[in-house]
Amino acid sequence: MHDMTRRNFFDAAAARARCLQYRKRILDISQQVQALHIGSAYSCTEIVDTIYHGLMRRNLDGTSPDTFLMSKGHGCMILYVILEDMGVLSREDLDLYCKPNGRLGCHPDYGNPGIEASTGALGHGLSMAVGMALAERGHKTSGTIYTVLSDGEVQEGSTWEAVLMASSLGLSNLVAFIDNNDFQSLGRTSETHPTFYPLAEKFQAFGWECAEVDGHDAAAVFAAVSGRQGGRPFMLVGKTTKGKGISYMENVPIWHYRSPSPQEYVQGKQELEAAAVATIGAAS
Amino acid sequence: MRNTFSEALYKAATNNPDIYIVVADISPAGSMGKFRDQYPDRFINVGVAEQSMIGICAGLALKGCQPFAYTIATFSLYRPFEMVRDDLCYQNLPVTVVGMGAGVIYSTLGGTHHTQEDIAIAGALPNMQIIAPCDPAECTEATAHCATQKSGPVYLRLGKAGEPNFTDKAVDPWVFGRLRYIKRGTDVCILTYGVIMPKAMQLAALFEAKGKSVSVVSCHTLKPLDVDGIRDALRRHTHVIVMEEHAPQGGLAPQTKQIAWDMQARCRLDTFTLQDAFIHNYGSHDDLLAAHGLEVGAIAQQVGA
Repeated sequence: MHDMTRRNFFDAAAARARCLQYRKRILDISQQVQALHIGSAYSCTEIVDTIYHGLMRRNLDGTSPDTFLMSKGHGCMILYVILEDMGVLSREDLDLYCKPNGRLGCHPDYGNPGIEASTGALGHGLSMAVGMALAERGHKTSGTIYTVLSDGEVQEGSTWEAVLMASSLGLSNLVAFIDNNDFQSLGRTSETHPTFYPLAEKFQAFGWECAEVDGHDAAAVFAAVSGRQGGRPFMLVGKTTKGKGISYMENVPIWHYRSPSPQEYVQGKQELEAAAVATIGAAS
Repeated sequence: MRNTFSEALYKAATNNPDIYIVVADISPAGSMGKFRDQYPDRFINVGVAEQSMIGICAGLALKGCQPFAYTIATFSLYRPFEMVRDDLCYQNLPVTVVGMGAGVIYSTLGGTHHTQEDIAIAGALPNMQIIAPCDPAECTEATAHCATQKSGPVYLRLGKAGEPNFTDKAVDPWVFGRLRYIKRGTDVCILTYGVIMPKAMQLAALFEAKGKSVSVVSCHTLKPLDVDGIRDALRRHTHVIVMEEHAPQGGLAPQTKQIAWDMQARCRLDTFTLQDAFIHNYGSHDDLLAAHGLEVGAIAQQVGA
């Protein structure tokens, strides 16, 4: 049994507190390994948190009739820490991240608890999400498929094949997000590919319902998705900042991949602690 | 063969609501039109977009469905190769990738439409299974198998149209993963697969005219290959001949040689394949095969038939 109605309330303060915790946990794990795509995880932290804690419905046993597929597989640290928080993955799983006897790597692997598809190669997720949404329709089940794409991923031709098919099939149970941090390995997308923008209009031209919000404003993300008209696939373009939350990481491409040094770790931890104090202060 | 494929798939879909066919703008030959008309929600035409064809099949399979991806072989396997590898093989999903008109069947369409290396390429992928039926009857068996199996992805290598049936009087039934003796002899054994089976039968007739006892074997399952069956054929015959419509690398011929070497086989072993070349010839399918050296008269001369 599950609640078939959409939630109409989202606790933004609780989301801020969760996201700070998730960023701190990812920063801690960064000290176990040389690299973990920290900047990519921080840029979609609020989006993935909103999907899991606001949008996906829960059965009484904690499972969901809905599905989340992390198309931008390199952002999986945020997925891992949320699944740990929900008890789907264990602390030991994350402690053994990228270790020889662990089961979690730098990209999600299908078969691990809570991981719905193997991703990492870009441009695969949206087609798989279309197939999942079709299956839900064929089975006459009510599942909604949520997926998060990177903006670099939107350059893949295969993504546009899936964009065309999703709207042509009228898949109203497909909700996609673009983590639009405007950064990829060789610089700002707006500089390397100026015609990449405007983005929302491109999806609208392909028949999608589309909205554009601050991707770090969890309440805005929730409101945009839960208030969609429906009847066709929905795309949320979330304007985000790569490395969001730690000053020296924000909009600096090297944090796509590398782990902070011990000194950088201390500074990052202090910044996140200060943000936590400010959040609690604002809430009280 | 494509008509029997679509007929078998239509029958399977009638019994199983989880069977989908995802096509990439290919004409609905045979019962494909019937499938489309009767089960429009399970007939998905992605258009000229083969990467999404495979990805959508993966998504369907991840939700418990049994999809078939269907188009001309070069477009079903080569164009979306990374999707086949990552989405289907890495995740080990029961999706059938149908390669229609494989080999050099599209003889007048040129090299862009030929699939000379598909067994090697598909065979290199972990979890991938490969089936290449030799006639419409085997195609029916293979399609029914693909519609129910849950082991993982299958590359189903098909001919095109008009192939005759050869297996109605076969010695063995069709069993996935097992060599199938179409006829069984004691001197010469011809191992082959796919739509060049008539050439194997012609070569066998030439040997028989010279008093030889000949086996003709359909090696319809290329992966997993029936290694024990190949060993047995190498052991029981004095002369084994492999004929395949595939490049010299990675197909049945080099695998048979490897097995023969490993078991220190004592029989004579000859192999005939397509050349390791793009041949810019046109004409009939037979003309293309002959240009590659797969011509019964020429082979007979070399093997003493």
